[in-house]
Amino acid sequence: MDLGFSAAQEEFRQRARTWLAAHVPSRPLPSLETEEGFAAHRAWEGELAADRWSVVSWPEEYGGRGVGIVEWLVFEEEYYAAGAPGRVSQNGISLLAPTLFDFGTPEQRARVLPPMARGEVIWAQAWSEPEAGSDLASLRSTARRVSGGWVLNGQKTWSSRAAFADRAFGMFRSDADADRPHRGLTYLMFPLDAPGVTVRPIGRVDGKPAFAELFLDDVFVPDEDVIGEPGQGWRIAMATTGEERGLTLRSPGRFLATADRLLREWRAHGDPADTALRDRVADAVVGARAYQLFTWANASRFRAGEQIGAGSSLNKVFWSEYDIRVHEAALDLLGAEGELRPSAPGPSTPAPGSPAPASPPPASSAPAPPTSSTSPTDWAEGYVFALAGPIYAGTNEIQRDIIAERLLGLPKGRR
Amino acid sequence: MRFLLDDEQRDFARSLDGMLTAADTPAAARAWAAGEHAPGLALRQRLGAAGVFALAAPEAYEGVGPLPVETAVAFVELGRHAVPGPLVETVATVALLSRLAELGTAEPAKRSLPALVGGGASASLTLPGTGPYALDADASAVLLAAGDGEIRLAPGHAEPRVSLDPARRLARLLPGGEVLAAGEAAADAAGRALDWAALATAAQCLGVGYALLDRTVAYVRGRTQFGVPVGSFQAVKHRLADVLVGLEFARPLVFGAAVSLRDGDRAAARVDLAAAKVATGEAAYGAARAALQLHGALGYTAEYDLSLWLLKARALRGAWGGVGWWRERVVTGG
Repeated sequence: MDLGFSAAQEEFRQRARTWLAAHVPSRPLPSLETEEGFAAHRAWEGELAADRWSVVSWPEEYGGRGVGIVEWLVFEEEYYAAGAPGRVSQNGISLLAPTLFDFGTPEQRARVLPPMARGEVIWAQAWSEPEAGSDLASLRSTARRVSGGWVLNGQKTWSSRAAFADRAFGMFRSDADADRPHRGLTYLMFPLDAPGVTVRPIGRVDGKPAFAELFLDDVFVPDEDVIGEPGQGWRIAMATTGEERGLTLRSPGRFLATADRLLREWRAHGDPADTALRDRVADAVVGARAYQLFTWANASRFRAGEQIGAGSSLNKVFWSEYDIRVHEAALDLLGAEGELRPSAPGPSTPAPGSPAPASPPPASSAPAPPTSSTSPTDWAEGYVFALAGPIYAGTNEIQRDIIAERLLGLPKGRR
Repeated sequence: MRFLLDDEQRDFARSLDGMLTAADTPAAARAWAAGEHAPGLALRQRLGAAGVFALAAPEAYEGVGPLPVETAVAFVELGRHAVPGPLVETVATVALLSRLAELGTAEPAKRSLPALVGGGASASLTLPGTGPYALDADASAVLLAAGDGEIRLAPGHAEPRVSLDPARRLARLLPGGEVLAAGEAAADAAGRALDWAALATAAQCLGVGYALLDRTVAYVRGRTQFGVPVGSFQAVKHRLADVLVGLEFARPLVFGAAVSLRDGDRAAARVDLAAAKVATGEAAYGAARAALQLHGALGYTAEYDLSLWLLKARALRGAWGGVGWWRERVVTGG
C-alpha cells in the first residue's frame, strides 16, 4: 500500500502545474455547447497540444508524452485544480483513440490521432439510434459493401458534440443475415460534412445544442475508415465502451476540484446551523476522495496486469450520481443565485455539416487564481451537464444489471 | 504508488478469515450477548496469538507496529465474522498507552500492554466527544477515561446496559482513579486513540457490510418466488448493486486513511479517517437495510444469524462519534 509518487512523477506534476499556471485562461471560456464556446475550446486544445499537454499518455509520435496512467491521473488532478476548461476533444481522446490504439492500422493512427491531439479534428460519437440506446445490438443503420468502401444509410441520434464537430465514429449493420443481432456490425469513421450527411442539432434541456441527430443518405466511406474487421464492430465497441465507463471518461481530478470549490463556497457562505446542507458538502468531499482512491486502486490493478472488466460499471454508477449530488448541493448553497443561467439560451444552429469556424486563442494567458472559474452560473452549467451522466455511456440501469450479474453473480432475468 | 494490498497482507486476511470461519463466531456473539464471555475471550486469545493487537503497539512493548494498514485488514475480517468484544477499544487503548510512552509516560504502557497485546486481557475506554459509554467494561481489565484535560484509569464502571446490538454492552465509567496524563499529552494521546478507534471501527463496518451483502446475495440466489429466484428481479439486483457500489467506494477510504496514518501525515489522516468513518457507516447501514428487506420476515427474526450483523451495522454507525459529528470534521478539515 503506497500512495506516494516517485521523484520523476513529482517532477512531472510540477511541470504540469507550472505550465497550467501560465496558460489556463483567466476567465472561463464560454460553454462548449455553443458555437462560440466550441471554437474557443478548440483553440484551447491547440494551445495544450502545442506544448504536448493535450494527450499526455499517448506515444510521442502522435503528440503525447508517452507517460503512464499514474502520470495521466496526476496531470488530470493538476488540470482541474488549475481551473482549466472542459475538454471538447474528449469523445475522440477517450473513446476513439483507445479503439485505434487497440484495433486501428498504423496508417489510421498516423492519419487520425495527431489532428485529434491538436484539436483540428473534433470527433463526435454516433452510437445511439432512435430505436437503439443502451441496447446497441438493435442498431438498424446500414453499411452496404461497394467497390472501395461502404455506403451508409440510416439515422443516428443523441450524438454528443455533433452539432459542431468535424467527424464521427459509430457502428453500422453490415450483415442483416447474421445469426445474432450483435454480429454483423461494422465500426467505421465518417466526416460530418460528407455528401449525404445531414446534421440536425438537438437542444438539450437548457436549449444548448450539446448533441445532434445525424441523417445518412448514401454516404460513401472508403475502406481505410473501417476500424478492425468488418462484422466485428460489436466486439471492438465493447472494448471502447469499457474504456468510456472505466478509468478514462471521468478522472478523479475533475471531482476533487469540484468538491474543493464546493467546500470553499461552504466555508465562505454556508450557514453553520444548516447541518443538513453541511452533511451534503461533507459527502461531496468524502465522495471525491473515495473516487480518487478507488481510481488509484484500479490504476494499481491495471499496472499489475489485471483487467478492470465489469468493475468499470461500479465506476460509472458512482461518478454519474456523485456529479449530480455535488452540483445539487452547490445550487442549494447558492440559493437564489443558483438559479441564474450562464447566458441566453437557445441553439445557434450552424448550417448542416459545416465545420466550426477557426477562432483566435483565448485572449489572456495570465496565471489564473484557482477561484477564477467559480461563479454561480458555472454551477448551473455543471448541473445541467451532470444531469445526463446516469443516462449516457450505458444507462445506470444497465450498469446495475452488469454489477449484479457479473460482480455479484445474480441470475439473469427479464429486464 | 501502488494502492493495493500486498500478498502478505492478503494472506493475513485469509488466515484470519479461515480461523474465524472455523471458530463459529455467531455462537460466540450469541453467548456474549447472554453474558457468557468464555467463548468470546477464547477468540480474543486466538486473535492475540495471531498478532491482531500487536499491530497497534511498538516493538518496545511486544508489538510489531504501528501497522494501521494491517490493523484495517484484520478489522474487516472481525466485522465480517461479527466477533464480539471490546476489540476496537483494546486497539485504541494500545495506541493511547503507546503514545503516552512516546511522550514520556511509559509506566502505564509497561504495566498494561503485554497482556493487551498478547490477547490475555481487553481494555475499554471513553474519549471526549464520542459518547459517555465504554463498551464491554465488564469484560475489560483496563478502563480509561479521557476528558476534562486528563486521562485517568477508571476505578470501575456502573451497571452495563444492553445496546441495540445485543452483543454490545455499554457502561459509564466511575469517576476518580489514577491520572495517567494531563494537558497537552493527554489531548495528544486521546487524539491518537480516536484515530485508531475510527480506523478499526470503519474497517469493522466494512466487514459487517460485506457480510450482509454476501449473505443476502446467497439468499436471493436460492429463494424462489413466482417460479424464479428473487435475485433475478431487477428491483432486487439494483438494490444490491447499490450496496456493492457503497462498499467498494468506502473500502479505499479505509485503506487511504490507514496509509496516511502509517506515513505520519496526521492532517491528511484525520480528514481521511473522518471520510472513512462516514462512508463505511453509511455503506454498512445501507447494506443492513437492503439485507433485511431482501430476506423478508426471515431476516427480522432473532434466531436467524443475519440479525447479528443487521444490528451491529446500526450500532457501529453511531459508535465513536456519529456520522454528523464526523461530517463536521470533514468540512472543518479534521
